[in-house]
Amino acid sequence: MSATTADWLTLDADPKTPGGQRDKRGGSRKWGSPFTYFVALLFIGVCVAPVLYIVLGGFRTNSHITTHPAALPDPWVLGNYEAVLTSRTFWGEFANSVIVALVSTVGIVAFGLMVSFVIARYDFKLKGAMYSLFAAGLMFPMVIAITPLYIIVKNIGLVDNLFGVIVPQIAFGLPTTVIILVPFLKAIPREIEEAAAIDGTSRLGFFFRMVIPLSLPGVVTVGILAFIGSWNNYVLPLYVLNSDANYTLPLGVQAFSSQYSSDTAKVLAFTSLAMLPALVFFSVFERRIVGGLTGAVKG
Amino acid sequence: MRNTLGADAATGRRSQGTPGGGDAAGPASPSSPRAATRRRGRARARLEIAVLSGPAIIMFLTFVIFPVVLAAFYGFYRWKGYGAPTDWVGLGNYKLILTDPAFRQVLWHTFLILVLSLVVQGPLAVFLALLLNQKIRGRSVIRVLIFVPYVVSEVVVGTGWSLMLQTNGALNDLLQHIGLGSLRADWLSDPKLAIWTLMGIISWKYIGFAVILMLAGLQSIPDELFEAAQIDGASYWQIQRRITLPLLGPTVRIWAFLSIIGSLQLFDLVYIIWGPYISATAGTSTMAIYMVAQGRNAGNYGYGSAIAVVMFLISLVVALVYQRFVLRRDLQGAVTEGAA
Repeated sequence: MSATTADWLTLDADPKTPGGQRDKRGGSRKWGSPFTYFVALLFIGVCVAPVLYIVLGGFRTNSHITTHPAALPDPWVLGNYEAVLTSRTFWGEFANSVIVALVSTVGIVAFGLMVSFVIARYDFKLKGAMYSLFAAGLMFPMVIAITPLYIIVKNIGLVDNLFGVIVPQIAFGLPTTVIILVPFLKAIPREIEEAAAIDGTSRLGFFFRMVIPLSLPGVVTVGILAFIGSWNNYVLPLYVLNSDANYTLPLGVQAFSSQYSSDTAKVLAFTSLAMLPALVFFSVFERRIVGGLTGAVKG
Repeated sequence: MRNTLGADAATGRRSQGTPGGGDAAGPASPSSPRAATRRRGRARARLEIAVLSGPAIIMFLTFVIFPVVLAAFYGFYRWKGYGAPTDWVGLGNYKLILTDPAFRQVLWHTFLILVLSLVVQGPLAVFLALLLNQKIRGRSVIRVLIFVPYVVSEVVVGTGWSLMLQTNGALNDLLQHIGLGSLRADWLSDPKLAIWTLMGIISWKYIGFAVILMLAGLQSIPDELFEAAQIDGASYWQIQRRITLPLLGPTVRIWAFLSIIGSLQLFDLVYIIWGPYISATAGTSTMAIYMVAQGRNAGNYGYGSAIAVVMFLISLVVALVYQRFVLRRDLQGAVTEGAA
């Protein structure tokens, strides 16, 4: 799913999409608000409760989970989290996830920005075809071609190697990136480019000195999506990484939960620590992501 | 004369700025030195295009497009995954798919998930978005919280839900506590129930995304329209029905498209909660699950590849048809026609 997670953004980031970031509340101010708050709270409760169950479950004891499956921690114990946080397994997998996510993100942003720049600012025959090629990539999610993809990774000798995850992830991250960034780069006024040209800046100079800073908001959006997508990716590591030492956190969670299936509390602690970075990352940058949705990508 | 020269110099400069674009601007005799400069400029531009787009295109073709081509190739063989495929069976795998009752079953599950996702999440998301689009306190906090299930990975969500839904798990315990003990059930393995459990988890995981998308759509509707309608004395419901819903159309259509494509490729959640074998008996396996079960788990790589090709074709046809007939106005051919 992670490959498709970001696709909506791309479709909405079309430059012709109406709207901006203005805050609009519609003409609905007379609505009785208690009902609204009630439904909103109920909705939030449904969304958050299962996640809270995982987080709080990590503070419980196994016997308590067995006797009272749906209860708050009583007594609260820190032992499960401590055990996970002091285990080499967790930190090893954490480090692998961080490496994979960071390198993938940098790759996706760098290569994506380069090719988007070409599509947005150069005139050449194959431009339309190039854009279509990447746009069509949205319909090639990783799952469908996972077996041949694995065979290709195997043939270039990257099985059980973090780069065997990183390189395909960059390739699969490109369509979304191109579709978000092209309208962005197109929106940079010609005049700026001409001014730069008159001042004797080359096209590449323009790319490095003007395009990168000006497209930063779009780059940040793309980067966040790439990072979260990589952090949560499951199917590719499942195929490519065989040895425990190379596992990323999603694989780690699965391995841990089957290995310690009787120690539910510790599994829950492990699981909630595994999701924490993506959650924190998301809450910090939430405005950017949702902003991207409303067409604010145009900067 | 001086004026024309100046103009020509300017176009020359611009053509360096926009390589290729110079062709249309200003006539230049081919033998003039300016044309030579332009030729050099164009060669340089070509080099830049190649250097800047080369890495992305090579990676994309190698890891995204080529695997699909390979899958199409393997699909013509009976192949166990080691050595080069030699046992050519032509369309044999595809004929097998057409008569395979297990495939028919996973196709049905996938179809059910696709339709139910649209029917359940769509109206609910529009309703919640209308509700949350009002001036209420803590809107930004609400936005973050409803997005949580979407951001948390499938593995985490799957692990959590499978623990909660066990027969002696939290959900059944909760039902017991609130006096609904008669509703306790074997949520995960009862074949009559499991697909609905899966639908519940899917709706839970992806509804926040739908709501956020709809909220964004709502915010792009100009305020003036609401104000004008209010001045004309329209009621709240009239405004929603006559203005908001029609203008939300493009957002709903794009959401539906993404939901359909997502449903057709559903894999992670089912694989994590049920695994390739139990999902078949519990009645939750999808096309992607069956493909992996046949390929990676059973070693029938040829057959698995044929299933992948069928999945891809279904997705492609659905996407093209949807674009042609439903998204026509919204996307302006982004996928089929390319950048304008």
